[in-house]
Amino acid sequence: MSKQKESPMNIAVLSQLHESMLTIRACETALVKLFSSGDVPGFIHLSHGQEAVAVGVCSALGNLDTLVTTHRGHGHVLARGIPLDGFFKELMGRSTGICKGRSGSMHVADLSIGVLGANGIVGASLPIALGSALAHQVRKTGGVAVAFFGDGAMAEGVLHESLNMAALWQLPMIFACENNGWSEFSPTDQQFSGSLKGLASAFNIKHSKVNGNDLEAVAVASDMARAYAGSSGPIILECMTTRFRGHFEGDAQKYRAQSEIDEFDKKDPINQSAKKLTRLGVSGELMEEMSLRVEERVSAAIDEARVAPLPEFGLALQDVYSDQGVKSYG
Amino acid sequence: MAELRYVHALNKALEDQLSNDDSVFLLGEDIANAGGSFKATRGLLEKFGSDRVRDTPISETALSGLVVGAALTGLKPVLEIMFMDFVTLAMDGIVNQAAKSRFMFGGQASVPLVVRMPHGGGMNAGPQHSQCLEAWFSHVPGLKVVCPATVQDAYALTSAAIRDPDPVILVENKALYAMKGELPDDIPDATIGEALILREGQDVTLVSYGAAVFTCLKAAEAMANEGISVEVIDLRTLQPWDKATVSASLEKTHRAIVVHEAVRSYGAGAEIAATIGEICFDELDAPVGRVGAPFMPVPYAPSLEKAYIPDSQDVIQAIYSALE
Repeated sequence: MSKQKESPMNIAVLSQLHESMLTIRACETALVKLFSSGDVPGFIHLSHGQEAVAVGVCSALGNLDTLVTTHRGHGHVLARGIPLDGFFKELMGRSTGICKGRSGSMHVADLSIGVLGANGIVGASLPIALGSALAHQVRKTGGVAVAFFGDGAMAEGVLHESLNMAALWQLPMIFACENNGWSEFSPTDQQFSGSLKGLASAFNIKHSKVNGNDLEAVAVASDMARAYAGSSGPIILECMTTRFRGHFEGDAQKYRAQSEIDEFDKKDPINQSAKKLTRLGVSGELMEEMSLRVEERVSAAIDEARVAPLPEFGLALQDVYSDQGVKSYG
Repeated sequence: MAELRYVHALNKALEDQLSNDDSVFLLGEDIANAGGSFKATRGLLEKFGSDRVRDTPISETALSGLVVGAALTGLKPVLEIMFMDFVTLAMDGIVNQAAKSRFMFGGQASVPLVVRMPHGGGMNAGPQHSQCLEAWFSHVPGLKVVCPATVQDAYALTSAAIRDPDPVILVENKALYAMKGELPDDIPDATIGEALILREGQDVTLVSYGAAVFTCLKAAEAMANEGISVEVIDLRTLQPWDKATVSASLEKTHRAIVVHEAVRSYGAGAEIAATIGEICFDELDAPVGRVGAPFMPVPYAPSLEKAYIPDSQDVIQAIYSALE
């Protein structure tokens, strides 16, 4: 097979997307340490193994497009281009975090790049994307809305309601499912009796299934989905992927079979993508440079976050209402 | 000055806000073609088209999230929940998303949206079509809660709610929809958080909102015949609520009774009474009274429902207790 045939995408573009996956992995690997040292408190949910979905889908989006994500949303917001320093400052509870330390990991938002928020409630981001898609349609912005969701949300009624309205009104929306087979601590096949394809068919929505650990496959499928959503209405993009770490950081995953864990290296989207780039002729030196660049950016952002000021309590109160301080709430 | 019904004043507010601001749109179950269960949106589909006045499926859960996404993408949605009781299905969008978005996102965005919902009994609609649940929303930081009682406020507070940059729960009372009242030609803007003194008095202050203000006015009229002078305050909004007007009144009357149709226990009256105790303790000549519904679901049978909803006799009794 010629190199051309193996990869319809430009090598430079693929390299850039690969670097974006490396960035997500490096950020989340750093978070493992920051969490265990207590520098990042609360709950964090890591997306190791699912980076190709985040990067592939976001690579297809335009500037006006909006997205919402889930509790496992670091990858999506990083792939969309959230500033690394604002990201780490947020998770480390600093005043100059992207949400001034009010959101933490589970609610990261950056409205300036169309990120309408990660979400702590399973399925809750779906109708937010639906409303954003409705606004794109009514305001004729040309944008589409993307809802990232996991297979754990398949059993949520709000998904079914959202699919129905998206189809009824032919909204420009991509339902981007990261199907990792796990609904928190339980296998999804013990939680949901149907399939996403079946739901798609029930609501007359186009469904496309892709190997979510293959960066290029996701990117190509996402380009198609973006074009379809922008012109013809809602589409479900089901990305079959693998969650390497626990539901939340600290979850020892005793409920997972060793045979499944043994497969992680083989399934790793970053390993696969690195091999492909090497096959396409990208030198080891360039690959090494890429890794170093990523590591440097991530550690610089963390260093900056460590010395960033803590938020002031009085200022936090100011953000509850737009006229807080003018009126007396409580 | 025109005389019209509460529901028509509300309709006019919706129409004027749709005309004034292209980003405003209405949505809900049967609000467009059918004009709404209580006809609050009648005639608006014809004037503004289905993008601005949209019928939706019966999907309260998704609708409550949808309005947040629409508000974050440049629109100002006004969602009708057909009966306040149905809002239980919409709590995630309202409580976890709308109320917290501005705060969670560090003030990056406001979420300008209104969720309209009628509460209250008097129609023998039974336990799942009659409840007054406004205290729930008043308990959630980030939400504003507005409860217009008069025809003028049906216009002015609805308009203010739609113009507001934050999420507003607009509580209407079903029993008031058909009530007639005066709407001035030049209606002054209402300010969310400002109460109105509907009747001035010297001896006792009734603090109320929604349809219960008329119960209070009836009781005040009856007491006037007994030589007792009763002041009636219409709070108009529950979050924020107008502590200054209430405490100024107590400096005069030294006695307060909070009256609402909602269940008395853990109701808005509990918060208001406790706050009065904190900020007006030295003014009080009697414990703050509370009149509200008994701690039971709203019953269906007309005889039961009549006994359930607080009436002017209940208020009069509370006034006598306060004056003892």
